[in-house]
Amino acid sequence: MDYVIEMLNIRKEFPGIVANDDITLQVQKGEIHALLGENGAGKSTLMNVLFGLYKPEKGSIRIQGEEVNVEDPNVANALGIGMVHQHFMLVDTFTVTENIVLGSEPNKAGTVDIKRAEKEVQALSERYGLNVDATAKIRDISVGMQQRAEILKTLYRGAEILILDEPTAVLTPQEIKELTQIMRDLVNEGKSIILITHKLKEIMQVCDKCTIIRKGKGIGTVDVKDTNATELASLMVGREVTFKTDKTKATPGENALDIKNLKVKDSRGVEMVKDLNLHVRQGEIVGVAGVDGNGQTELVEALTGLKKSSAGEITLNNRSIYNLEPRKVTEAGVAHIPQDRHKHGLLLDFPIGENMVMQSYYLEPNSKRGILNFKNIYKKAKSLIEEYDVRTPDEYTKARSLSGGNQQKAIIAREVDRSPDLLIASQPTRGLDVGAIEFIHNKLIEERDKGRAVLLVSFELDEILNVSDRIAVMFDGKIIEEVKPEETDEQELGLLMAGRKSEKQGEA
Amino acid sequence: MFSNRTFNIVVPIVSVLLGLLAGAVIMVSFGYNPVAGYAAMWNGAFGDAYFLGETVRQVTPYILSGLAVAFAMRAGLLNIGVEGQVIVGWLAAVWIGSSFGMPPVVHVLVALLAAAVAGGIWGFVPGLLKAKLGVHEVIVTIMMNYIALYLSNSVIRGVLTDGEDRTGNVAETASLAAPWLRELTFYSRIHYGFIVALVMAFTMWFLLNKTTRGFELRAVGSNPFASEYAGMKVGRNIIIAMVISGGFAGLAGAMEGLGTFQYASVSSGFTNIGFDGIAVALLGANTAIGVILAAILFGTLKIGALNMPTEAGVPTELVDIVIALIILFVASGYIIRWVFLKFSKEGK
Amino acid sequence: MRRTLFLLTLVLTFGLFLAACGSSDSGGGSESSGSDSKSEEEGSGEGGNSDFTVAMVTDTGGVDDKSFNQSAWEGLQEFGKENNLEENKGYDYAQSESDADYTTNLNRLVREDYNLIFGIGFLLQPDVEKVASQFPETNFSLVDAVAEGENIASITFKEHQGSFLAGVAAANKTESDHLGFVGGVDSELINKFESGFRAGAKTVNPDIKIDVQYAESFNSADQGKLIASNMYSQGADVIYHAAGGTGNGVFSEAKDRVRGGDEKVWVIGVDRDQHEEGAIDDTNVTLTSMVKRVDIAVQDVSKQAMEGEFPGGEVVEYGLEDEGVSLARTNEEAMTEEIISTVEEWKQKIIDGEVEVPMTRDETEEYVSSLK
Repeated sequence: MDYVIEMLNIRKEFPGIVANDDITLQVQKGEIHALLGENGAGKSTLMNVLFGLYKPEKGSIRIQGEEVNVEDPNVANALGIGMVHQHFMLVDTFTVTENIVLGSEPNKAGTVDIKRAEKEVQALSERYGLNVDATAKIRDISVGMQQRAEILKTLYRGAEILILDEPTAVLTPQEIKELTQIMRDLVNEGKSIILITHKLKEIMQVCDKCTIIRKGKGIGTVDVKDTNATELASLMVGREVTFKTDKTKATPGENALDIKNLKVKDSRGVEMVKDLNLHVRQGEIVGVAGVDGNGQTELVEALTGLKKSSAGEITLNNRSIYNLEPRKVTEAGVAHIPQDRHKHGLLLDFPIGENMVMQSYYLEPNSKRGILNFKNIYKKAKSLIEEYDVRTPDEYTKARSLSGGNQQKAIIAREVDRSPDLLIASQPTRGLDVGAIEFIHNKLIEERDKGRAVLLVSFELDEILNVSDRIAVMFDGKIIEEVKPEETDEQELGLLMAGRKSEKQGEA
Repeated sequence: MFSNRTFNIVVPIVSVLLGLLAGAVIMVSFGYNPVAGYAAMWNGAFGDAYFLGETVRQVTPYILSGLAVAFAMRAGLLNIGVEGQVIVGWLAAVWIGSSFGMPPVVHVLVALLAAAVAGGIWGFVPGLLKAKLGVHEVIVTIMMNYIALYLSNSVIRGVLTDGEDRTGNVAETASLAAPWLRELTFYSRIHYGFIVALVMAFTMWFLLNKTTRGFELRAVGSNPFASEYAGMKVGRNIIIAMVISGGFAGLAGAMEGLGTFQYASVSSGFTNIGFDGIAVALLGANTAIGVILAAILFGTLKIGALNMPTEAGVPTELVDIVIALIILFVASGYIIRWVFLKFSKEGK
Repeated sequence: MRRTLFLLTLVLTFGLFLAACGSSDSGGGSESSGSDSKSEEEGSGEGGNSDFTVAMVTDTGGVDDKSFNQSAWEGLQEFGKENNLEENKGYDYAQSESDADYTTNLNRLVREDYNLIFGIGFLLQPDVEKVASQFPETNFSLVDAVAEGENIASITFKEHQGSFLAGVAAANKTESDHLGFVGGVDSELINKFESGFRAGAKTVNPDIKIDVQYAESFNSADQGKLIASNMYSQGADVIYHAAGGTGNGVFSEAKDRVRGGDEKVWVIGVDRDQHEEGAIDDTNVTLTSMVKRVDIAVQDVSKQAMEGEFPGGEVVEYGLEDEGVSLARTNEEAMTEEIISTVEEWKQKIIDGEVEVPMTRDETEEYVSSLK
């Protein structure tokens, strides 16, 4: 059989860790090959080996059947390997074409022949149905379009093998659908694709083969048509995984959070939350569904004190928390799992133990009369780390060096441990793998069962449907509809999220 | 592959050796004897008790100005205004020291406090503007430097003296002079200020690493968004950081005013203590102990270099180049780190 | 990174201290001289016919400041050659990078057993006084200011007299009846230049306009250029500068203007004959320079000290009568016979005591009002 890429028995060690242990990955021409594994399983390391960023201790790489020595990314490029990173490497103020030719500018007497490049890029875009405007500035186009610009960049440089790293993490459902089509078009044109992901649904929908890595070891390669999501999940996690989150019926108590006629403006002064009304009762999970950019971020920021509201009323257990400072909101009993854990949730360069006391360092027993008591802080951190199964060498490790899932677990440990009256979880599982998602969902439900109010904001319909007891659909700054999860489906929610254009006309 | 520990020792040693080597190459290529040159530097910094005393004297304000820059840096602020804060601190210390009569000890403490307060005020202004209006602290602090310089000149001319260029000496009671140390070091200008500097270094370490305030300051410096999320007041911490930073800088000025010079004079330009403090802080990786060590290195180079033209005949300009090269190599240790990594990767 | 730097500095400084201890144990005998070793004076003058050695400490300007530091060093070099001294051994200089270096440099030269040490510039006054009191057996000399001490000879110049003549020359040269004065730092010393200049110019023409501005710096040529540009634009055509390196900017502005068009502007230099500074092709913007013969003074005092007649505790003042200050005549084209004769006339009057040249702003006001 002819393989375009063969990575045979790859072993890569870092001091103290074997990141890749005897992994074999074989990709055929014209196939979409999934690389599946939990966060920290060694997917990125393997791809960095392929890309020449790491040198493997053992194993060999063959491209088109020939053994090669990939010394650095330039060699990888020359061999026809292109990578689309999860975080785009684009210059905001440049046009699509300028970004694409950056580093390999076509020369015309010492000047960049941008007109020629534009034509070439436009032609490429049309050939693969990418629909990108070659002359648009990056900052003016959507995230989905930016991703396509990245794909174009690799194609422009002659890539035959495309590596897509978690490409759907940043996309809307509609964009995901389009990307799926683009991937199909690419393989029809003879390209091969390696898709790094932990989303099983995507693999089932689009991939031909799937290679699974667990804790640095190659578990094997399966034909997607011969398997199902549950099997893939257990291969990845190494145990049985249930997709339907087990939960009993909610027994909601009294109103905990009450939002009345709330208005919030964003930093540019545009009103993003417009006269919003919502309540969450004790012992209930309310899911806020909606397409990104409909005011969810502003709503959460207003609730947590990070942003001042311009009008309205917010009460928690009948005490107003309207426009309080973040610390007062916290002290009033609100916990917050922020949407962007790197920006808001963690002090990445601080030890994980100190991150655990981000909001409580000034209270006894963490400190006394302004002097920190590190002994107590780390003792507490250690027990939290154990209780919440945060995988870290120790409590003194910097938060930065933990995997995304473990960072999120640490945040949840911190927030839940405060026994809040209201837990606000904003995109709590973004970018996480099945195991971590399961863990987090269970924690949210546990909190609910303890009688706490939980507000879940998510763009993932699966999550909303699975976890919530009540779903509030947010569109254009308002809650336009409340539905029960057992009485609705993705189809209906999708329409509602699109502003309920019509009851039965195509998909949103 | 090196283990991390060896790595951390090898890299700095290599950096220093390369710096010295580069300096030597420059000297050779201009026809001077590098061994004689470095020997002269050596003797000029540690050759006898006098020079040792002078080196300590030079190191003292560097420690404090380095702490000032480092402290602000830990809170995520680039305090270019240390220079101006040094100047106002110097002026304030001399003012108290020369115009008021107080009992011993009390006098010197009040003068030091005045210097710290003056520096603190000079740091407060850019801190306030940054916190409330988002004005970048670099711009404001640079301007504050000029205000400090010329304001100080005019206060010396118009308030502290009657049109003269220099104030009178500070009173004995306000002087940091350590007569027995001076005698021990053949009348070098070594003074008790180094104790102040060391105490302040400890203070900075304690404040940043052991207190809730320090936790907040470091958090704000590391990630202001997360700090705000955690309920810390970012603006207030910025102001506090600038005030404390300015206080350290003011004390650096007091070292000169109450220790080295014992007076303040109309100055035609900056003292450079504050600007060198930026390099000291960077070299010391913004930690208290690092700043002390970096200040010692800087002070040694500065004092030692003065001897190179006299003893080894190396022209002053060349000496400046050699010193700059040494600092450059020391500061760019990461380049050497990178080379090591490159080689160890190739080797595998 | 943080750890690296920490270790780096640790290693370095530790090494330094170790070696420091080592050297003080085995110590070089000649290096470890305190004040007590002053009496032995054999180590110095191998190359010369004399045991006498002399050195100087510059202010922050350095020996290539094209001004009085350079002039002083030229004087010392001249003295060294005359007496067959060897550079770096018989005579030497130490350059100061900052105010804090003055004392260190003075001390170092003391420790190297120099017999006479000059402090160049009024900025060194407190340092010279202090070090001199600590080392009573070494002779010191301070240029440009008066220092107290039995072993200090103070050298001062009657800059106001020379500046008066510069004012006379300028007032005769100007076509716009508008002059400029650029000072370094507003201080007693530079006020002497300003006062003399204003008095001289007003003497020739009581209605003449004189702009006075201080750059507050002796070494920012950019400031000097800016100030000069303002003054020339407002109609001044002769600028006298007493601003050290800042004055270089004045020259640069004047040259730009003359090169650029028909403007006829002049600069009067200071301290040394700054004729070279003003040269453009075959013309020159330097009208004249108020020359302070620091070199002569340095040589004089050195010679007296060598001959055992060191004027310790005295103030040696150089003025017009002994050519210690004078106006340069290098630019023969610009300094016409007429101007020179007027200047000579006033020079004589000053020497004869007919005119008392003011030294401060108050005295100048008085003097000027007496002219009307």
